[in-house]
Amino acid sequence: MSAPLRERLQLGLLLGPASIFLAIFFLVPLGIMVVTSFLAPGLYGGVEWEFYPHNFGRILGFADPAFEEFDPVYLEIFLRSMRIAAMTVLATLLVCYPAAFCISMMSQWWKNFCLFLIALPFFTSLIVRLFVWVLILRQSGPINDVLLSLGLIERPLEMIYTEGAIILGLVYIFVPFMFMPVYASVEKLDWSLVRASQDLGAGPIRTFMRVILPLTAPGIIGGSVIVFIPALGNFVVPAILGGAKVMMLGNLIEQQFLSARNWPFGSALAMLVMSVMLIVMMGFVLISGRRKGRGA
Amino acid sequence: MSESIVELVGARKVFTSPEGAEVKALDSIDMQVCRNEFLTLLGPSGCGKTTMLQSIGGFVRLDSGTISIDGVDVTQTPPHRRPVNTVFQSYALFPHMSVGQNVGYALEVRGVAQAERRWQVGEALAMVGLGGLEQRRPNQLSGGQQQRVALARAIVARPKLLLLDEPLSALDRNLRHSMQIELKTLQAELGISFVFVTHDQEEALTMSDRIAVLRDGRIQQIAPPRQIYDQPGNAFVAGFIGASNLFEGQIGDDVLALDDGEVLHLAGQGGDRSGRAIAIIRPEQFTLASATDERPTLEATVDQIIFVGAGFELYLRTKSGRRISVAAPASARDAVARAETLRQAHLAYDPLHLHLMPAEGKG
Repeated sequence: MSAPLRERLQLGLLLGPASIFLAIFFLVPLGIMVVTSFLAPGLYGGVEWEFYPHNFGRILGFADPAFEEFDPVYLEIFLRSMRIAAMTVLATLLVCYPAAFCISMMSQWWKNFCLFLIALPFFTSLIVRLFVWVLILRQSGPINDVLLSLGLIERPLEMIYTEGAIILGLVYIFVPFMFMPVYASVEKLDWSLVRASQDLGAGPIRTFMRVILPLTAPGIIGGSVIVFIPALGNFVVPAILGGAKVMMLGNLIEQQFLSARNWPFGSALAMLVMSVMLIVMMGFVLISGRRKGRGA
Repeated sequence: MSESIVELVGARKVFTSPEGAEVKALDSIDMQVCRNEFLTLLGPSGCGKTTMLQSIGGFVRLDSGTISIDGVDVTQTPPHRRPVNTVFQSYALFPHMSVGQNVGYALEVRGVAQAERRWQVGEALAMVGLGGLEQRRPNQLSGGQQQRVALARAIVARPKLLLLDEPLSALDRNLRHSMQIELKTLQAELGISFVFVTHDQEEALTMSDRIAVLRDGRIQQIAPPRQIYDQPGNAFVAGFIGASNLFEGQIGDDVLALDDGEVLHLAGQGGDRSGRAIAIIRPEQFTLASATDERPTLEATVDQIIFVGAGFELYLRTKSGRRISVAAPASARDAVARAETLRQAHLAYDPLHLHLMPAEGKG
């Protein structure tokens, strides 16, 4: 047996189980979704086997001209989801970037300890942690109680079931995901370059913009992608902290499949989420590829 | 000419080691760097030379004392407002910028227009022999080229003072030597003062106008290379610069009576001093002589003779076991051969060239 053939066989054997698993449980369902998104909804769930192109138009507000008018409600949900995901990225970055610098300057023991603290929430159930936020943010929660008793407010603040509550919940969940890549790039930042910049006459702001930021950009971009993608499609947080008032794409998809029983429209929405994620991922690959090409 | 560009007065800096011990990196240092001077800070690691450089650059805040550059007190001035630039030991080239951007950084910061900047960057790169490499990335260059880029980047804005932190230590021996000469030439061309940190005494002797020898945060001696070599201020300087034979003893009647019974003849260096002193005789100041030589001699047995191309190194031992090293030129090969067969040599020295230093701790 020739060596390349043997190698290929070995590779095939090693990759076989994973490939078969992905093919059966990922590619096939994905194919079903793609097909479904172009079919008409059945009256009581399921699908009618006829070509129906209006599922995608409906997302943008233009639906089946036969019986619907322009209604951008789904477009609003889409834009809101994008906005919430972007805000989550920004907020986690604002939390993690300075913290990464702080921790990178600590002694090894404290570094390990802080990294452990950041990973600690993973040991508790996500649902439990989110319900604690419900208790904290609700009308009769501790924040409102304290503010009321201090006389700072007259009526309880509406904190829960708002976009802000969702962003808070998402930030809370995704901080570790942002922190790790950001920390990795901050940790390996060569401080002699910062000194060189100062030495050459650059003040703190310019040194940050021209040296520190570009050199830590890979971590920032990586963290942003890792946070943006799951935040966009997240449905647990809006379900618990957004209530019925603030809906995101994830909830809308769930609703279309389970309560509205419009599988084709749900599939079309899922395709939309996936394509946004794909575009973000490809952008990331392109940017990091170009950076590598430049030797940075 | 002797007008100073940098002045340190009573500069003190104490670091606390991780174990809690206090390390005096700068111990009440008074020092001046003259205009247009190549000054080398020389000393073993931990002597404070890098701390002194960093405090001039602004990266280390003094505990007390002042630093002024060109007559302006900069003790509290942050690094980016000091008219000095540094060539870092690791070069510290920005990896995300091209060579041209690296070199032009100081100009960009100062708001120099792009066309002007490009011209000056080209000039600076040409000066260090790297003309036309503007578009390259630092990681596409060899170590020696990176070194030159770092140099060009530091001189492009014409600082009043250039600080060099062991910039040649990562280069191989041949490259290092040619860079030493280039640096010296460049300094003369630019007409700016260089403060150069190194632990390599040969490097210091090659390039410097003056050498400051440091130890434990104190300046042991600051003088031109020849004076440092010929008239070291104390045994530490003598031992650190070049190989040397030190003889400690009691000053007598124009002689130095060594503790092991030998006697070195002086030529008036003792003056009317008395007490203990250390005499230094460099290996090349000994000549291999015959027993009948009229000059004063020391008698020693030969341990080892090493041929080093330009001459010989002889390692000998006196009757009392004192080790002496001697450097003989290639022209003395007959005398060396004789010493090699006899395993015995008479080492003549000139009392006029013998340098006396105060004995350590006893003044």
